[in-house]
Amino acid sequence: MSDKLIKLVRFIGLGFLEPIIRLSKGEETKKNITLILKKIVAPLASILLFLLIWQQGSDALFNIEANYRIEKAFKEQGQEAADEMKLCIESGAIKCQPNTFPTPSQVKYSFYSLLKDHKIINADKKAFIEKTAELNKQRKKAGKKSLVYTGRPSFVDQIGTSLKTVFAGFLLAIFIAVPTGVVIGLSETLRSSINWIIQIFKPVSPVVWLLLVFMVVKTITKDSDIDSSFIISFISVGLCSMWATLVNTVMGVSTVDKDIINVAKVLKLGPVQKVFKVVLPSSLPLIFTGLRITLSVAWMVLIAIELLAQSPGLGSFVWEEFQNGANDSNSKIIVAMFVIGIIGFLLDRVMLTIQKFVSFNKN
Amino acid sequence: MGTKVQTINSDFDLENGIKYTSPLILELQNLKKVYPTPKGDYVVLENLNLQIKKEEFVTIIGHSGCGKTTALSMIAGLIPTSDGKISVSGNPIKGPGPDRGVIFQSPSLMPWLTAMENVMLGVRQVFPHANNKEREAICKYYLSKVGLEGSFHKKPAELSQGMQQRVGIARAFAIKPKILLLDEPFGMLDSLTRGELQDVLIDIWNKEKITAVMITHDVDEAIFLADRVVMMTSGPSAKIGDILNIEFNRPRNRKTIIEHSDYYKYRKHLIDFLEH
Repeated sequence: MSDKLIKLVRFIGLGFLEPIIRLSKGEETKKNITLILKKIVAPLASILLFLLIWQQGSDALFNIEANYRIEKAFKEQGQEAADEMKLCIESGAIKCQPNTFPTPSQVKYSFYSLLKDHKIINADKKAFIEKTAELNKQRKKAGKKSLVYTGRPSFVDQIGTSLKTVFAGFLLAIFIAVPTGVVIGLSETLRSSINWIIQIFKPVSPVVWLLLVFMVVKTITKDSDIDSSFIISFISVGLCSMWATLVNTVMGVSTVDKDIINVAKVLKLGPVQKVFKVVLPSSLPLIFTGLRITLSVAWMVLIAIELLAQSPGLGSFVWEEFQNGANDSNSKIIVAMFVIGIIGFLLDRVMLTIQKFVSFNKN
Repeated sequence: MGTKVQTINSDFDLENGIKYTSPLILELQNLKKVYPTPKGDYVVLENLNLQIKKEEFVTIIGHSGCGKTTALSMIAGLIPTSDGKISVSGNPIKGPGPDRGVIFQSPSLMPWLTAMENVMLGVRQVFPHANNKEREAICKYYLSKVGLEGSFHKKPAELSQGMQQRVGIARAFAIKPKILLLDEPFGMLDSLTRGELQDVLIDIWNKEKITAVMITHDVDEAIFLADRVVMMTSGPSAKIGDILNIEFNRPRNRKTIIEHSDYYKYRKHLIDFLEH
């Protein structure tokens, strides 16, 4: 039972929990306690250290801003105004708080307020749907479009939109890069004739891809009223991120073990069989390594692309907060940063697990 | 050396292993292989003539780099010849094919397939009209013959190197080739496993009697397995230097062969040639 549990946690990438499970079963107490210290206590300590440095750093930044304000008040209005400003800052009143790098506690507070905001918007949305249910039925009968909620999206909604965009882009990248990579990898002539395209387009920046896609999609969707910002952003994400998969697929297909190719030759496998029974399975590990890179690149460029394409999501959330410049904007940006980082990390973990699953040497 | 000798498992006359009055299955005529290099052509093999008859087991021995593997790859059809002719049962070969099964130096199993599926890959190709049950029976038969009854559904990564090579042997025999080509199949194994696998190979060969050409570095292996040992001169322009007939009765037993008085005569002959 515990063995199965250990296998499971290892498989999903939570291998650091293993010593706790073993310790709870009373196995090798001393060794497992050292392991817990190494694998769990030490990382926790590093998190605490990180928070401490953060707190100190933002305090220092806060003090610089505060002193500047007090001095400015002193120079312009004299001692009385400076004292007043000092008291006001110390009291924590919002109107005289300097806008600077937020502390961890401010970020935590913003995180909760974003969640609260999400609840409010959700309730609002539900009320709207209930309210318009009857009306929408009538509109449908009359052949009119039904009314949809057009209110401000919450932070959680933005995360959902971003994930949707990234997966659409990722799927696009798979559908373009894997078949193309297989075809290019199989033929040396094709490889040398197409190589320049790969070499030139691979380092092109996400921003330029966005503009290229924008030029094309704008023309194509001229007469329709579909949401082109979503299409633009997911195609750009796909085109930016597909190169790792393309290059890895080409490499995997063109470097299949010579002995295995010889086996296929001796058995006289036909071309289709050779591709599907020998070449593809043997390049699968490399393809998946490429897909893993692709997904992390997709998530990384997504923020920049959403920001520029005006398409809703975490990227535009960050940008709007920055433009907004409200008192808690900075801490909301930091919340978004952590959410982006953690989601990126989780996506990578998922891909790593899948990658382990397709690799041949499981031990 | 023009002495007439007789092999044990047949009554055909051999004259220094070159002239036969028996059905030839594999014939190499003036085989030549040249690799172009920036400094001019490098002749690996030249004037290689060899005739092998049905149900014969021939081992080829020679120093590293003398072109043994090149010769075997040309017979398998995996690399083109520069000159000369290779015929199987009188027909010149056109590229590789399942009539010439190959056991490679590394097991060369598909790492994503189980032992069974690896053997099945060839069986499906060679017996297109058999149904799945029959094919499965063939795979199981050969895997059992090489001692892998319990490992039908294991992936190569779960098998030791020796066991992987057993799968390689089963895969080669299961496609019922006319000729079996073995390229130092036990070269990467430790000596204990090598001995075991020689026994496995010779057991299954005794039943199937598939003509075999095997490359080896190991003098004892060459004597134990072969009807004839072909000695190759060192390259460049390697050719056959000498041929030794091994006249032990089959089926052979390692112990009785080692104790046989001729064994050391053969061994001395080979070592003298190789050290010359």
